[in-house]
Amino acid sequence: MPKDGGIGASTKRREDVRFLTGKGRYTDDINLQNQTYAWFVRSDIAHGTIQNIDTSDAESMDGVVKIFTSKDFEAAGGIPCGWQVTDRFGQPMQEPKHPILAEGKVRHVGDPIAVVVAETLEQARDAAEAIDIDIDELEPVLDMKAAIQDGATKVHDDLTSNLCYDWGFVEENREAVDEAIKNAHHVTTLELVNNRLCANPMEPRVAVADYSQANDEYTLYTTSQNPHVIRLLMGAFVLSIPEHKLRVVAPDVGGGFGSKIYHYAEEAFVTHASKIVGRPVKWTSTRSEAFISDAHGRDHVTKIELAMDENHKFTAVRTDTYANMGAYLSTFAPSIPTWLHGTLMAGNYTTPLVYVNVKAVFTNTVPVDAYRGAGRPEATFQLERVVDKAAREIGMDPAELRRLNFIKPDQFPYDTPVAVTYDTGNYHATLDKGLEMVDYANFDARVAESKARGKLRGLGLAHFIEACGIAPSNLVGQLGARAGLYESATVRVNATGSISVMTGSHSHGQGHETSFAQVVAEMIGIDASQVDIVHGDTSKTPMGMGTYGSRSIAVGGSAMVRATEKIINKAKKIAAHLMEASEGDIELKDGQFTVAGTDKSVAWGDVTLAAYVPHNYPLEEIEPGLEETAFYDPSNFTYPSGAYICEVEVDPDTGKVDVLGFIAADDFGNVINPMIVEGQVHGGVAQGIGQAMLENTVFDENGQLLSGSFMDYAMPRASDMPMFDVDHSCQTPCTHNPLGVKGCGEAGAIGSPPAVVNAVIDALQRGGYDVDHIDMPVSPSRVWEAMNK
Amino acid sequence: MKLNESRDIAADRSAVWQALLSADVLKECVPGCEEMTGSPEEGFEATVVQKVGPVKAKFKGAVTLTDVVEGESCVISGEGKGGAAGFAKGGAKVVLEDIPGGTRLTYDVDAKVGGKLAQLGSRIIDGFARKMADQFFDRFQQTVEGPAEETVAEAAEAPAEEGEKKKGWLKRIISS
Repeated sequence: MPKDGGIGASTKRREDVRFLTGKGRYTDDINLQNQTYAWFVRSDIAHGTIQNIDTSDAESMDGVVKIFTSKDFEAAGGIPCGWQVTDRFGQPMQEPKHPILAEGKVRHVGDPIAVVVAETLEQARDAAEAIDIDIDELEPVLDMKAAIQDGATKVHDDLTSNLCYDWGFVEENREAVDEAIKNAHHVTTLELVNNRLCANPMEPRVAVADYSQANDEYTLYTTSQNPHVIRLLMGAFVLSIPEHKLRVVAPDVGGGFGSKIYHYAEEAFVTHASKIVGRPVKWTSTRSEAFISDAHGRDHVTKIELAMDENHKFTAVRTDTYANMGAYLSTFAPSIPTWLHGTLMAGNYTTPLVYVNVKAVFTNTVPVDAYRGAGRPEATFQLERVVDKAAREIGMDPAELRRLNFIKPDQFPYDTPVAVTYDTGNYHATLDKGLEMVDYANFDARVAESKARGKLRGLGLAHFIEACGIAPSNLVGQLGARAGLYESATVRVNATGSISVMTGSHSHGQGHETSFAQVVAEMIGIDASQVDIVHGDTSKTPMGMGTYGSRSIAVGGSAMVRATEKIINKAKKIAAHLMEASEGDIELKDGQFTVAGTDKSVAWGDVTLAAYVPHNYPLEEIEPGLEETAFYDPSNFTYPSGAYICEVEVDPDTGKVDVLGFIAADDFGNVINPMIVEGQVHGGVAQGIGQAMLENTVFDENGQLLSGSFMDYAMPRASDMPMFDVDHSCQTPCTHNPLGVKGCGEAGAIGSPPAVVNAVIDALQRGGYDVDHIDMPVSPSRVWEAMNK
Repeated sequence: MKLNESRDIAADRSAVWQALLSADVLKECVPGCEEMTGSPEEGFEATVVQKVGPVKAKFKGAVTLTDVVEGESCVISGEGKGGAAGFAKGGAKVVLEDIPGGTRLTYDVDAKVGGKLAQLGSRIIDGFARKMADQFFDRFQQTVEGPAEETVAEAAEAPAEEGEKKKGWLKRIISS
């Protein structure tokens, strides 16, 4: 039964009161006294050598405070990369310097070259126009396969080539996989492109920095998903500012989808510039700028082979992927096509042998990093597409082929051949649920009904697995992460019993302020309105790693549970003292401490007051006060999974695809707030359908971004979406975190693209067209071309 | 963006050649040209104001002549910086040949844009470049042939060109 508060209740999001009434406080809403404005001059050439930067005219223009170039950052470090991948020969990846402002060369359209700081934004912009930059154009490096040929033009002259790394996983299985494929009864091969995407959060990036000479302290307000990570990276590696002199605040943030995880040059710029000019410096990205300066996502070119035996059991998977890094390594870029991608290539299946090869390549394009799902959508797309293609080749129902190869419910925990151990799951249950929801049995009747109207109907199925709750530190450390991936929480109980929870997680649309409060309220048995969630300010929250990788409730929520458990233990000691009872006999229920087997009780508020007014208090045993911090580092990832089913109709005359229905039957383990979970799935599926149907990032042969505005980059609109049918009743709780949760933020974007493309292929094949693959986005022209080839 | 066309001009080859090398003629003929100074040997400096889709900009740039074969052919290259709007650059290989009654001028244009022009204007840049080239050579033809001459022939030619343009546009839509 739905409850009206606590865990499992669809409590309305408290943060929506301010978001929906225009009272949110975003970074751009922050205006500091005496503030100046920064305008970035960016390269409009993809690759070139800077011959001269002439700022003389601009410097004398009205309102100009100072003009910065790379010379002003000679003492600063480059923007660091947070993950080092080791290649299949045991060598570290090639890691170029990523300067704050271009040094000597420009390497992508949008690469910042100079910055004007002026009294007003308009003055900064005008002066930027007057800066004359002379660049000798070099041949742009764009095609990944050509880029790693001998003699190719290099993006970074000091590297040996454009190859960042050649990664093999599991390298020891390489020959065994080759052998299995050679000897297989049937091999299905698929070559595909996972299209490059722009995250396009509703709020563009903004950074406002304020240096205080009085105490030598810096404050940076920035649109970040992880302010502590920015403080650590920027303080320790870029600007040499010790943590205690640097405060990073990420207030309300209007969506991130991964693109606001990374430490960007603009943040370091305003922080440094604020000290130099002695005034606050503000930068607000324009939408045009966001397209060429926010990290992009995906951009893989892949060949996958699936081998099976005569009983249709999968025997091996081999993949060969080129992953675009762009011009520089963004914060987590190297980890996306490797550890967040290769480790998922077993999917939901018992395939015993897997070999994944990834060549990460530098090109003269905007850097590429995590975008909602990050590596896992790329893995899921190729695997669920090749399984679908295999089923069609051998004439088997795609659902049946999957069921035959699924890991069975009694096989968990399951060690995959790609290093991870799935703790729990029941893929048969989610598949059955999805097929029931879509009324699979009667699909043929719907095909006939569409046909009567001259339309081709198709049904596409995908069953995904993802690794979420991104942690554990000791594991990711072995894999090359240069940071820990725990999470933290401080639970501060106030004298009258209300609670402030300072979490290291960061909410930028996820609804933590509501769902996290539900957990603490349930544990203590008080009303959720008594609990406030504080996040996004390094001066308030303990060191935490922020929000990405569907990790907040699984890792951050668990830290909060641990801290709350400490609170309850201490509160029980106080209650025992107040009731002159033994601590072991104290029970806490509905906000009342009772002595087991008696009618003695004290209220939560009596205990919290005693903690801060300790007149009658066991001072010899425990300290006054009621505030606890916990750091939580899990022992494994979590593994959400689910069946995603899409039904489409193709117009054979135009190639236009209409998505008629979309079903998501997920296993997220336990669910804290079903309404928020449903909203997360809706958003993820919309982004996945966007990738599958509409979105594409296109560079021309000179490296110019052609899809650099909302006129050219097709964002999904409500009218492109069907009604979603979402279920999360199949629950196999995670066994290694205290809440039994798995995370739900990325699932929608991971499971949906293959379901859409599978549905389009199904529609075409049912209609008699010999089409077995169309690259995303499956636009009308691509579908029509495939039908008429 | 590439385009390749030719047109017949009712003037002899040396007159056409002289006009091609004249800063004054070029200023007259480059659409949106506000200033044009210089010489064929030194190169020309130009200021051009143009609007490409949503982006309006003043381009300042240099025009140079290379691969000059006196009286026969040359490559006219231009590069304009439009500040925040980005840049536009292009080259036209121009070849002159004698035909009965005048000179045939063949041009082979390769143009490219960068920065915000590419980001916002890429959808329309082909059509824009074609329009620029057409306007340039229309004006060039008028300038060389003189205003009053053979108005009847010109009037007859204009609609034919319109038709050709429309066909080109339609063809592009269908083939893209």
